[in-house]
Amino acid sequence: MASLQMAALLSAPSTPVTSDRVRLGPLRLSASSSSAARNGGALVVRSEAKVSGGGVSARGLSLITHAVAEKAAAASSADSKPGHELLLFEALREGLDEEMERDPTVCVMGEDVGHYGGSYKVTKGLATKYGDLRVLDTPIAENSFTGMGIGSAMTGLRPVVEGMNMGFLLLAYNQISNNCGMLHYTSGGQFKIPIVIRGPGGVGRQLGAEHSQRLESYFQSIPGLQMVACSTPYNAKGLMKAAIRSENPVVLFEHVLLYNLKERIPDEEYVLSLEEAEMVRPGEHVTILTYSRMRYHVMQAAKTLVNKGYDPEVIDIRSLKPFDLYTIGNSIKKTHRVLIVEECMRTGGIGASLRSAIIDNFWDYLDAPILCLSSQDVPTPYAGTLENWTVVQPEQIVAAVEQLCK
Amino acid sequence: MAAFSAVKIPPPQFTTVRSSSQRPGSSPAHFAHSPSAFNSISFGSAKSVRSRPLFAVSSDVVSSSDKTKPASSSASNPAVTREVALELYEDMVLGRAFEDMCAQMYYRGKMFGFVHLYNGQEAVSTGFIKLLNQSDKVVSTYRDHVHALSKGVPSREVMAELFGKATGCCRGQGGSMHMFSAAHNVLGGFAFIGEGIPVATGAAFSAKYHHEVLKQSKPEGLDVTLAFFGDGTCNNGQFFECLNMAQLWKLPIIFVVENNLWAIGMSHLRATSDPEIWKKGPAFGMPGVHVDGMDVLKVREVAQEAIARARRGEGPTLVECETYRFRGHSLADPDELRKPDEKAHYAARDPIIALKKYIIEHGLASESELKSIDKKIDDVVEDAVEFADSSPLPPRTQLLENVFADPKGFGIGPDGKYRCEDPLFTQGTAQV
Repeated sequence: MASLQMAALLSAPSTPVTSDRVRLGPLRLSASSSSAARNGGALVVRSEAKVSGGGVSARGLSLITHAVAEKAAAASSADSKPGHELLLFEALREGLDEEMERDPTVCVMGEDVGHYGGSYKVTKGLATKYGDLRVLDTPIAENSFTGMGIGSAMTGLRPVVEGMNMGFLLLAYNQISNNCGMLHYTSGGQFKIPIVIRGPGGVGRQLGAEHSQRLESYFQSIPGLQMVACSTPYNAKGLMKAAIRSENPVVLFEHVLLYNLKERIPDEEYVLSLEEAEMVRPGEHVTILTYSRMRYHVMQAAKTLVNKGYDPEVIDIRSLKPFDLYTIGNSIKKTHRVLIVEECMRTGGIGASLRSAIIDNFWDYLDAPILCLSSQDVPTPYAGTLENWTVVQPEQIVAAVEQLCK
Repeated sequence: MAAFSAVKIPPPQFTTVRSSSQRPGSSPAHFAHSPSAFNSISFGSAKSVRSRPLFAVSSDVVSSSDKTKPASSSASNPAVTREVALELYEDMVLGRAFEDMCAQMYYRGKMFGFVHLYNGQEAVSTGFIKLLNQSDKVVSTYRDHVHALSKGVPSREVMAELFGKATGCCRGQGGSMHMFSAAHNVLGGFAFIGEGIPVATGAAFSAKYHHEVLKQSKPEGLDVTLAFFGDGTCNNGQFFECLNMAQLWKLPIIFVVENNLWAIGMSHLRATSDPEIWKKGPAFGMPGVHVDGMDVLKVREVAQEAIARARRGEGPTLVECETYRFRGHSLADPDELRKPDEKAHYAARDPIIALKKYIIEHGLASESELKSIDKKIDDVVEDAVEFADSSPLPPRTQLLENVFADPKGFGIGPDGKYRCEDPLFTQGTAQV
């Protein structure tokens, strides 16, 4: 079973592969491509577990629906443990690598993604494997290379555009708002834009105001865009693959401080749903909705809360636009109390939209006002103390839950 | 060809106008062939509008074939065949007649908003686009009706789009400034100037990718992308960023500048430190060409070479077409700033009249044949109006249909089903 090294002991395991919401793709048993060899077009997979119906071409793998049975087969093998451990940035790379291998129209564009391997090493090694055109090192021209990604998406490619820091994508706002979000509509459905725009954002360790921005609140009004935020290696890989396969333009928010999270993820191929939220810890007393790095502050607070006798239900909403009203609603119908914990600024943030969505849909189920803990409306200061007070800390979460449950 | 190296443009080089106090070493600004025109420009008095345009020069360089011959003897050597001449004539007449009809329809309340007409610039659209294949791409700006028509989008679909009807090429959702056609590879139609240039660069990148990565090569060469934009755009960052990237990766794109000297009410000379846009090509390592954009044959000649270059994988070209719009910036523009003599100068260089004269002088067709083309086009445009008039308006159900290519993007509703599965969605009455 997958488990997070950093999460509190009380967290539930990540969504198991057998969930009916997770689509299962063709079976792959080798995680790192370096252990597989090409043999006349067929990908020969080497792994500890034996597989029936072995090597087929990388693109022509037929859908194997009995991944559960495969897990049993893997478990029966004496020396293999299911899954493999990796860091979050490696999980992103694995997802990207698998999709690039599967579909030759998938390409990467961004600053230093090629020879440098990406500022956070998400694309390390891909340029050597796929060439300089498929992993394109761009000049420093965000608006134009994002527009270039959009133009190539309209003409048959599936680009993954990396913002070296999400904040830099402010320079690409013209293209993201006007073209990425709009062109499918203004063309009357003639052109689709299957682009993924991704990069690290969020408040880091004293990176200064401009490198500590949360663009999810700026992008959320753009019609035609989907936004997801990953928080674990498991969902990072799954969301990366889902975003690439989606016909819609998707913005994938990663967080600077989460790239070195370690987790054991399945060997089998899996793709997560872009629109679904993730149940992190089931509970009874209060629904805590969060995403990205704040998930870990929430889980830390959950430890304290459990010791104090509370039973919080923690949901990582993952899909920032649109919201998964089913998972969220079911939780509210059970607990009747909602706390939103986010890293966005208070004004116009994701929490603000989530609050109004909850009021619109679940007003009758609420026993208390919805509390929302957000970052201060402040340009993130450099000083460590000030920076800590800018974002939500576990003590504040504990206090908020206590207030809600009074 | 000689036209394509900046080095081959005859000296003396144009030197930027600056007051001598800024650049002590520079010679006073002068410009071969029209010194009197140029001396009236001095630092700080750029508001003076000259009666003659600055760049009426280099076009002679391009059509080198005619340079030494007196006009009469070229009658025996037409630059194009009869078929091509008639094709060009018909396309330009279609562009003109269509735009004139747009003006009529606008004032009769059939179309709304911002409508930007192309009258006077037909030679650029026809000169370039008629050389393209179906799989080549065209990216334009808000002045895009005629680019769409030249590329082959039916007049009916463009007119219906302008009327906001469901039968328009974009289902009425785009409007005048957003003409798209997947079938004819027209990639828009953009309202903000400059924002189409990166999209065009992406389409060119895609062509190169299809050839090099996907190994889908064609015998004729790479698919070419044309990016059309104006003089005002040439001061915009996206223009320069894309010149750099296109040349860096040798993308099969042609940057076609429709320099009509005016960006709404801003004269090109008041907005631009160095008004010779073609020079900005060599600054990035690509050929920069200036051509008389009121002469469709000269434009076509330049276009032929630029397109051939791109197809061979030799990279981009920057082509500056000196042209003029006979109407205001849009139908809402009172057009008070342009001087009557400037307008008269260019009206005398009407590209359609010039081509007609050329065709008749070279015996390629008779006057009555050309008149019958005029009549045919009038019928086409009338038919387009009738079609648009009788077409239905988009229903409420259409509102949410094209927001997402994959409507799962609307998310999961409280009942656990995807919102798009809700019947109210298809009825168009669900709240997003």
